[in-house]
Amino acid sequence: MPPERVLTRRRVLLGAAALATSACDSQRPRAGFLGVMDRFNERAQSALFHPGRLAREEPVEQLTPPGDFPQYFISETVPLAPAGWTLDVGGLVARPRAFTLEELQRLPRTDYRIRHHCVEGWSAVASWHGVAIRDLAQAVGADTRAGFVEFRSFDQGYYSSWDAPSALHPQTVLAYGMNGAPLIPGHGAPLRLYSGVKLGYKMVKYLTTVRFLPEATGGTWEDRGYEWFAGV
Amino acid sequence: MHPPEPRRPQPWPIRLAHWANVPLLAILAGSGLQILVAYPRMGTRGRPIALYPFQDAVPPSWLRLGDWLAGARSWHFAFGWFLALNGFVYVLYLALSGEWRRRLFLPRRDTRDAVATLAYYLRLRPAPAQTGLYNGLQRLAYTATLLMGALSVLSGLAIYKPVQLQWLTALFGGYDPARFVHLLLLALFAFFTVGHVVLVALHPRTFGEMITGGRKPDAP
Repeated sequence: MPPERVLTRRRVLLGAAALATSACDSQRPRAGFLGVMDRFNERAQSALFHPGRLAREEPVEQLTPPGDFPQYFISETVPLAPAGWTLDVGGLVARPRAFTLEELQRLPRTDYRIRHHCVEGWSAVASWHGVAIRDLAQAVGADTRAGFVEFRSFDQGYYSSWDAPSALHPQTVLAYGMNGAPLIPGHGAPLRLYSGVKLGYKMVKYLTTVRFLPEATGGTWEDRGYEWFAGV
Repeated sequence: MHPPEPRRPQPWPIRLAHWANVPLLAILAGSGLQILVAYPRMGTRGRPIALYPFQDAVPPSWLRLGDWLAGARSWHFAFGWFLALNGFVYVLYLALSGEWRRRLFLPRRDTRDAVATLAYYLRLRPAPAQTGLYNGLQRLAYTATLLMGALSVLSGLAIYKPVQLQWLTALFGGYDPARFVHLLLLALFAFFTVGHVVLVALHPRTFGEMITGGRKPDAP
């Protein structure tokens, strides 16, 4: 066999290997082949999502012992609400405004006890109460055809954006209470997002703003490579 | 009735599906172990499964793929489709080609031979007379891997979409039991693979057949 042929074959193999590694870069899962499959999986997940399908209500015996329900935040210490905290609701809405906690509590209340699914693989059960995003959307006259909703917090700017169908799901709420008591700082006081249809990192704690938007923005973890849709 | 046409021991669709499984299983297992590292415990928060002896045991890094949780999830969900597709095409081929007759375990036909072969491996009895391509124990093992593959896909979907596919998750007894089953199946696949490679090493001819397809038996 002439030596050029060997060289060519080796070059082809090296090229293919380089292509394969750059197409499957774990640090940049949005690029290359992994990115193509990520977008395919996003479409598959949103096709599977059903706006009327509710997460199962868990029996009270399934409650996770309260101390075992993890408290996650990205700040060094538990973030505390600034004095005079309000929730700003804006974007594509007819009546943008700021809500105090008392004003939010006067809106219709949603209660449920469901299972939490963390991207890490654990699950835990708690009951939550608050106002459904769909009720908030109605209160401010949101254009729900806008397609996306973004949530931001005072926990070092932690944020996430959602597709409107998931945000308007009846079990997606702005929760001000957990297990029958007001939310404690470790779980996102005074107000956090909670939902039966997304992984935990989509459920922004320590909320400051809700914006109805025509386009998706990213999210704190999503910008680092976690998947954006993250439905369960 | 005319006698069945003589077939090569390993037709090309079988060989293609078999070898495609090698990188795909490695990718799925490696990325799955990296995902496990994020929470290497079985059971819901605050209530670990008491009987599971490996709580908090982290798999070694050389077995893992994907660098971190998000990367491993990308690998797992990207290549899971291809592993499932490969299994589906394989089963379809078995059904349409008639190969299922010489490869799948049929309890009435194969049980006696499977027991005798096991007794032979345990040095309790002489080797049974092998009829056809595989003995009963081999058919049992290969059929079991197909069922394990189907269960892996189903338990994987159950923990991927525990709300949208909640009927499926409920079949496994809930989210955390489904996650446990998914990991248990990985352990069974690893156990099968080790046994498979050892037996191939003891019978090198089968390795060549799985590459070339082997020779057709002489027509009667």
